[in-house]
Parts: sequence; C-alpha cells; structure tokens
Amino acid sequence: MSRKARKLARGVAIVGAGMSKFGAFPDKNSRDLFVEAFIEMTKSVDKGIDIKDIEALYVGNFSSDLFEGQGHVGPIMADWVGLVPRPVTRVEGACASGGISIRDGFIGIVSGLYDIVLVSGVEKMTYLPTERVTDTLAAAADNIYEGCPGFTFPGLYAAMATAYMAKYGATLEDFMRVGIKNHKNGALNPKAQFNKSIKDLMNARIEKTKQKGEPLPAWKDEFDFLKDPQANPTVAWPMKLFDCSPITDGAACLLLVAEDLAKNFTDKPIYIIGSGHGSDHALHEREDMTTIQSARVAAKEAYEMAGVTPQDIQIAEVHDCFTIAELVATEDVGFFKPGGAIKATKEGLTAREGAKPINTSGGLKSKGHPVGASGVGQVLEIWHQMRGTAGPRQVPGKDIRLALSHNVGATGGTCVVHIYERR
Amino acid sequence: MTEERKITSTSFYQFLAEKKLMASRCKKCQALYLPPHPICIKCHGSDMEWVEMKGNGKLAAFTAISVGPTCTIAEGYNRNNPYLVGIVKMDEGPKICARIHGIDPKNPEKIKVGTPVKVEFMEHKEDARNYLVFQTA
Repeated sequence: MSRKARKLARGVAIVGAGMSKFGAFPDKNSRDLFVEAFIEMTKSVDKGIDIKDIEALYVGNFSSDLFEGQGHVGPIMADWVGLVPRPVTRVEGACASGGISIRDGFIGIVSGLYDIVLVSGVEKMTYLPTERVTDTLAAAADNIYEGCPGFTFPGLYAAMATAYMAKYGATLEDFMRVGIKNHKNGALNPKAQFNKSIKDLMNARIEKTKQKGEPLPAWKDEFDFLKDPQANPTVAWPMKLFDCSPITDGAACLLLVAEDLAKNFTDKPIYIIGSGHGSDHALHEREDMTTIQSARVAAKEAYEMAGVTPQDIQIAEVHDCFTIAELVATEDVGFFKPGGAIKATKEGLTAREGAKPINTSGGLKSKGHPVGASGVGQVLEIWHQMRGTAGPRQVPGKDIRLALSHNVGATGGTCVVHIYERR
Repeated sequence: MTEERKITSTSFYQFLAEKKLMASRCKKCQALYLPPHPICIKCHGSDMEWVEMKGNGKLAAFTAISVGPTCTIAEGYNRNNPYLVGIVKMDEGPKICARIHGIDPKNPEKIKVGTPVKVEFMEHKEDARNYLVFQTA
C-alpha cells in the first residue's frame, strides 16, 4: 500500500517548549505536572506569548483513567492553564500519545484552521504499585491474544530481543551498551529521573556496602555490575532492570505556530519540516519481529515531506523504552542497516561525541518514561540542542540544523516520526 | 458444526476449550490467520472459513517473565519463580502468543529460538482464565 507524497499547505514552527522534571513525585498529580511544563514553556518564548492567543490544545495521555482514576483529562489540563473555553483534544496512542499530539497540532496549523496551538503530553504513573503499572501498560498490547497467555509489556520487547539475538547474533552486552550510553547522557540532564551514569550508581552501591561493613562486590566495570543479578535483576529475560525505562511522572508541552508568525515569537524558531505516522500489527503477526513497520512507514513519510535523507540527520531522540528498542529504532529510521545498530553502538557512533548522537537527553531509559508525555519530552532535547541551550550535554562540534524524533506506541502499533530544521 | 461459528475471539477460545486450535482462512486468497481474523488483511475479502491447526510449530521468540501482571502473580509466579511465554510459528505458517511448558524458565539463556513445540490443551475451567499453552515436542 502506498500513498503519494504531499506538500504542506504551509509550514509550522516550534517557538516555545517546556517540561516538568521527570521522576516519581508523591505530591504531584497530572495537572500539577502539566502546569509545571506549561509555565516553563511560557517563559521559553523569547518575545513572549499572550496565553489568550493560544487557539487550541492537544493533550497526549495514555491512561490517566487507570493510573489515577481520571478520564477526560483534556478540559482539566486546559482549565488548569487558563485556556477554557478553547477546544482541547486528548489523544491516545499508548507511549506515542505525545507524538500524535504534535502531529495533530501540526495538522491543525497546516490546514489553516489554527495559527497558534499548544501540543503536550502528560502521565502520572507512580500512584500505582508495580504490578498494577504492569497491568496498565499491558493494556496497550492486545489483551485478548498477547495479555491472556501472560505477556507483559517488557515481555513483548524481550521476545523481540530474542528474535533479534537469533537473527543478528546480538548479546546481552550489546543491550547493556545502550543503557550505559543513555545513563551517561542522562547524568548531564537535570530534568532526568536518573541523572546518574551506571558507573555512578555502581560506585554508590559499593560505597553503601562499605558503610555497612559488608564484603565488597567484585565489579570491575559497569558490565560486571549489570551482569550481577543482585544489582540488575531480570524483569523479562533478556531484559533486565537496567534495560527497562522506569515508571515516571511527567509532562511536556510545545507551542506551535504558523511559519509566517514564528518570528513574532522568537528569532530562533525550530521548524517541523516532516511528519510521519504509521501503524503495525501485533508482534506475533509480523513477518519479521526485529523491525517495526509503523516506524519505517512514518520515517518514509517524514523524510519525503522534509526532502532529506537519514544521512542528513545530525541528532535524534528515539524511543528507547527498552534497550532493544533503541537498536531497532535506529535501524527503522534508516541510520543503520538491519542488525547494524549493534556494531554502530559498540563503536560509539551513537554516543554524544559520535557521528550520529542518539538520545543525548538520556533517552526514556534514564530521563524517564511518563508514557503520554515522552513523545513531547523528546522534542525538548531537540529544541535545546538546536538552539545551543543544552548546557553540559550540548553535542560538541556540531552546528545542528537537522534533527529527528521517533516515538513508538506499545510494540509499534503506533509510531510517529518528526523532522526538525533550524534555518 | 464448527463452520457456523462466527470468526471471533470468543469462538477461538470456545474451540480451545474443546481442544481445537482453530485459524481462519480467506476463501478468496487462501491467507491463513492465527489468531483468526474476520476480514482478510491481505485481499480484504470477508468470506472466511475455520481451519484446524495440526498443533506443531517452533519457538520464534520467547521470554521468561520475572515481574508479572496481577493475574500471573495470582497463579503463584514471581521473581524467584518466573514463567515462560513465547511466540510460536506454526508449521502451517502463522504465529501466535502462548504460555510455554516443558522448558526451565530459570535458565532462559539455554533456550533456543527454533525449538520445536506442540500445542497442549489445558483442562478448561469455567471460573478461571484459560489460555493457549505449547509444550516442547
């Protein structure tokens, strides 16, 4: 099935961006997180924004219904930031809810219906105990045919990992490298849930053991630490604790405006020049379980719209809900050939200093994964990297003019890809 | 009269209770679906028929789950007692998710993709969750 490439009726720019801190906050619910992100966004608009000028809102949210017993979150978020009676739409695409919110706001502007739109995502996950979070996330899979025999969400990605290991010879160390890299980046991100490298976490554990006067663990490096089942227990083999993104509370939002209005808000807008969105079958129904069709379809649409190639992209935030997911993602968006992400990661190409820096924010792995907010949170990193405001984690030696975000829902039932340009 | 049952998940699980693993087949293009699809996703035909699977396949992907949902915790599984689930590729072609028996979930590194498995029908209980199980062949 193919669709002809479209030309946009008009362009769209990001002129403001904000996010709450990502983490576990017993004293904050979804609206508190949303307000935190919104206030940061209003302050980020260089020439200011009159809130009354925002014409519509899109809110990405997977399941406040199950996570905090709150359905219909759209108008609540609109009300808490003073935007009632503007139209608000809650969008749900599991972990890609945020990405779809960007896409829908983008369409709203391209169509000419709106000039100024707030796109956002929010998720409050930590009220529930782990097993209930596991149930809720599993609801994003096919509950009749995947959930029923006992598949969990990490379990489905773990199954994907075994297929990837069988096909390309990946090892547990290859998965660990992704986590080590992303935690190293996250250590430089003050908004990250775990802003510590795995080496930091390992040393903290050694220090604690010392203080207790217990025998010291014999870890020579991060790999030893990650291979120790006491330090890094299995969640769903081969995915261990440090292969999985954490359970997170957080919110993020972007202010999108029609391209011709962008300079009224900032001299440094970031243009969205490509947008793609696709779907896929349940994992068992895929011919090849080591690639995600929705991501390939979304990437193709976005590249064609933008008129650029994977080689042109300088940095990317991809959906690393699990370490295996980052390897698959970087292949699906065309950075590496199938199976090629193993070697690319091993050789440091995807490191912050590498040729193709991936997840300089720390990724979902270290920054945290408030599912409905993650797709928008990714763009915060791109916003900062492209405007040169990423602080200590600013990618060295690159003038970033083209970037990409890749946001997956569940095991790929949904994927949204966006391409960004700084002119 | 299996042919008269609608192509639904309810029918699929009813068949399972009767110890039959049933797929659907498109009468127009012969595409085979397990789990059964009511509309052919290849040719979009909707004239489908039931086909019984022989029950033999190979493990195409798997995982040993240590951190489970509430339903498997209720079955008694936990960090020290993981369970195995997999995606089985049937000899007839299609793939399906199932619980896997006959392999030690505590030594997942020894499990090989490609291991032959055979369908195992659980004793059907009216008041319990019933699911598909495969056993190593």
